[in-house]
Amino acid sequence: MGLPVRRQEDVEARIAHLEMPAGQAGWALTARTEAVSRYLAMGLPGRRDEYWRFTRPDDLNAPQAPPAAVVDFKEAPVFGEIDRLRIVFRDGVFDAEASDDLSCEGLEIERLQSATAHDIHWLRDVYGVLEGRGQEPVARPFAALNTAFANDGIVIRATDRVSRPVNLTYLHENPDSDAILHFAIKVESGADLTVLENGPAAARFNKCMEVDVADGGAFHHVRAQGRDHERRAVTHMFARLGEESAFKSFTLTANGVLTRNEAFIELVGDNAVSHIAGAAVGDGDFHHDDTVFVVHDAVGCESRQVFKKVLRNGAVGAFQGKILVKEGAQKTDGYQISQSLLLDEDAQFLAKPELEIYADDVACSHGSTSGAIDEDALFYLQSRGLPRPEAQDLLVLAFLAEAIEEIESEDIAEDIYGRLKGWLQRHRR
Amino acid sequence: MLKIDNLHVRLEEEEKAILRGVDLYVPAGSVHAIMGPNGSGKSTLAYVLSGRDGYEVTHGGVALEGQDLLELEPEERAAAGLFLAFQYPVEIPGVGNMTFLRTALNAQRKACGGEEVSAADFLKLIRDRAKSLQIDPEMLKRPVNVGFSGGEKKRNEILQMAVLEPKMCVLDETDSGLDVDAMRLVADGVNALRDEGRAFLVITHYQRLLNHIEPDVVHIMADGRIVKTGGPDLALEVETNGYADILQEVA
Repeated sequence: MGLPVRRQEDVEARIAHLEMPAGQAGWALTARTEAVSRYLAMGLPGRRDEYWRFTRPDDLNAPQAPPAAVVDFKEAPVFGEIDRLRIVFRDGVFDAEASDDLSCEGLEIERLQSATAHDIHWLRDVYGVLEGRGQEPVARPFAALNTAFANDGIVIRATDRVSRPVNLTYLHENPDSDAILHFAIKVESGADLTVLENGPAAARFNKCMEVDVADGGAFHHVRAQGRDHERRAVTHMFARLGEESAFKSFTLTANGVLTRNEAFIELVGDNAVSHIAGAAVGDGDFHHDDTVFVVHDAVGCESRQVFKKVLRNGAVGAFQGKILVKEGAQKTDGYQISQSLLLDEDAQFLAKPELEIYADDVACSHGSTSGAIDEDALFYLQSRGLPRPEAQDLLVLAFLAEAIEEIESEDIAEDIYGRLKGWLQRHRR
Repeated sequence: MLKIDNLHVRLEEEEKAILRGVDLYVPAGSVHAIMGPNGSGKSTLAYVLSGRDGYEVTHGGVALEGQDLLELEPEERAAAGLFLAFQYPVEIPGVGNMTFLRTALNAQRKACGGEEVSAADFLKLIRDRAKSLQIDPEMLKRPVNVGFSGGEKKRNEILQMAVLEPKMCVLDETDSGLDVDAMRLVADGVNALRDEGRAFLVITHYQRLLNHIEPDVVHIMADGRIVKTGGPDLALEVETNGYADILQEVA
């Protein structure tokens, strides 16, 4: 079920200037070449594609990245207070000097180029594989493009319970940068890994993360997408979850003219758990799209999707979320909620929640709402002495709380909460 | 303490006059009650005093300790010492009761140029106040009024009053939805706050609350005006004979 193919020239022009890294091992070259074929077969999305109905893909389709001003916010970086293993990318290029030593007990970390230059058994089963699995039933051409042409990235294998998070920090310094990064992650049986991401990365950022969680493994993910106003991003998360494994992901998005975050989660082992959440805040020229696809293909699995958006002044939020329960995936517990808080009449929220169920013993629910600030609650708070802006911030944070609560680490949740509070204070009317 | 002078108010949306010349003076240290039939304008008076949107003052004024109240935003009225115990306390999902109380207290202290209360002092204060109102500490952890019973909501209002220590307390039908035991708890909470420097305006439909909170002065409100003023006996008269006699008498 490919996308309607745009003019062939556009599809080819999009990748004409991209090159695969040199010296790739045979298997990696094959994975990349197959990804090129997938990409060419799918073509680029057009405005009439159902999957791109809420988001204009033009800026992502363009061969060159639209420029984005570099902003120095002069503030402490997100996760700065947390003991973490820091891996830094500058406009999409690994910066060894700015990064910590990549050796850490319980982890094998290697730069993508060198990892794909030799034979790493587990990586062959992940790189481009999970992305490829995620191309059905809906095409994700920017992910295939990423697998084919990613020039940098990191591969991580967790073999133990690792308490120190790995922090991918993306710095944006060149106003024209067009970064493509690919991450392949394997969490072995019984291992536990936390990955943090922060920063805008580039003027245009295409990121693909593939996460393979073996039986009994746990993967935690928290990201804060940099708040440069003009940045554009298309990101994909592909996850495959084994028996009794856990996958928990939270994304904070503040600002950005175009962000499309896609996730494709497959629960293939019994009793696996997947929680994916997001809080997005936008004021003005802001378009944020969460597109999530969760596949239940085993018995007794639980999945949650919790997405909250606060929008004002022309900002647009979109949510496409689907739970697919395959035949035989009995005792599935699926939950999905997407809500927006519109702070004025110019903001817009578009939502398409979907359930597709082929098993008969499941509990699935979904809900989507869009509303304004509760004036009664606002007055109640004011009558107790809270100035109106402070009262409004409190209500907005309360609205976002359900998403933030999905973060397990209290320190990290506190950090995220503080960032949101700061953003609200700066964007008071 | 509170002086209301020939106050005329109408609903903004409907151009309908609700208050038609209310005159009232509540001195410090006193408890005044306002009684009246449905639709007489009692709750409107409470809302206008607290600064709720949707009402337009067409004539007259309100002063709290000489300060023009109508000029102020709701939060400024709170900082000036006014407190409204709501007839229908609002549920606020996601905002913890403790956080709410502490934020409110600190906001008021800040507005008055004071220091913020420390976490430890606040905890001590709130435990003390909650205990005397028989408020379960669990209730403090829950979101504001969410899932509270009618009685718990009203006790929560009085708890806020006890923590914020306002000068002028307006109680809007605080007895509605309360059983006898809950009413006694609420009344005890109010009585504990009676003080020479503080005044109360108790708006109620029935006399029974006034058995527990004894007023110094009772006003009868009808058709947007205070039509009769008297001592506590006036409330008993209403209880026995209803409003019809009084309204006929003043007509």
